[in-house]
Amino acid sequence: MLDTSKIGTKSPPVSVPVEIGQLKFFAKATGETNLVYTDETAAREAGYRSLPAPPTFAFSLSNARPDPFKRYTDLGLDLGKILHGQQQFDYVQPICAGDVITIEETLSDAYEKKGGALQFYIFDAVATNQHGDIVLRMKNTVVQKHG
Amino acid sequence: MADLSTLKPGDALPALTKPPITRTTLALFCGASNDHNPIHVDIDFAREAGMEDVFAHGMLSMAYLAQLLTQLTDQRNIRSYGVRFGSITHLQDEITCSGRVTDKVKHEGEDRLVLEIAATDQRGDVKLVGQAVITL
Repeated sequence: MLDTSKIGTKSPPVSVPVEIGQLKFFAKATGETNLVYTDETAAREAGYRSLPAPPTFAFSLSNARPDPFKRYTDLGLDLGKILHGQQQFDYVQPICAGDVITIEETLSDAYEKKGGALQFYIFDAVATNQHGDIVLRMKNTVVQKHG
Repeated sequence: MADLSTLKPGDALPALTKPPITRTTLALFCGASNDHNPIHVDIDFAREAGMEDVFAHGMLSMAYLAQLLTQLTDQRNIRSYGVRFGSITHLQDEITCSGRVTDKVKHEGEDRLVLEIAATDQRGDVKLVGQAVITL
């Protein structure tokens, strides 16, 4: 049976500096060709303070903790049997290299389908920058297969 | 970038095809994205978990699909972006990102386009489907 007692649990907040080298590495890994994501001059000409973090990068920031899967294994999830079900971003303002982003994540819901064969865990996260401004919100659905 | 103001519901977005995904792609994305789940890079772990081989991170395809949006508009115009992950993306899959306009709305004083977007492989299997809202 699904343990719903953990709904509402908050993960310890994680504060991560957004590093220009990692943004360039992410751009390389994703075959990015838009210079705004790799060239600081192009980024500044486009009106950014420095290289912008691309739209999905905040998810990577949320994994920048010593043991990123602990929040899943603490719930009894098996890393070999979990799948990313859904991911949502709602944007407020850009994240750029040089920012320090703090992410606070809550297990906001958990439920099962198909008689328990599939369990769904919904994590809601808020990301704020070093000025205390909310930069975006994320919703992450993790699915655990049983059997 | 294209003039978005002329786009209307039903219009297709310019597609984007990425190179086939290799083990190197997954190794790079593992490091670059901070997603160190061994299921994506360690074949021994993947087999132990009952898979034939490693497979791609869902967030890799989501990053590809984001590039469909950022080739269309500056990312500061993206209000929201979400996807539902479908089937697993395997090694050597070639992802094509495509989409169309489904609605044009006025919200919070902005003219916005609602986009339905998808990433499919070379066989036409849908890997993820999503929705994005961008402002003009």
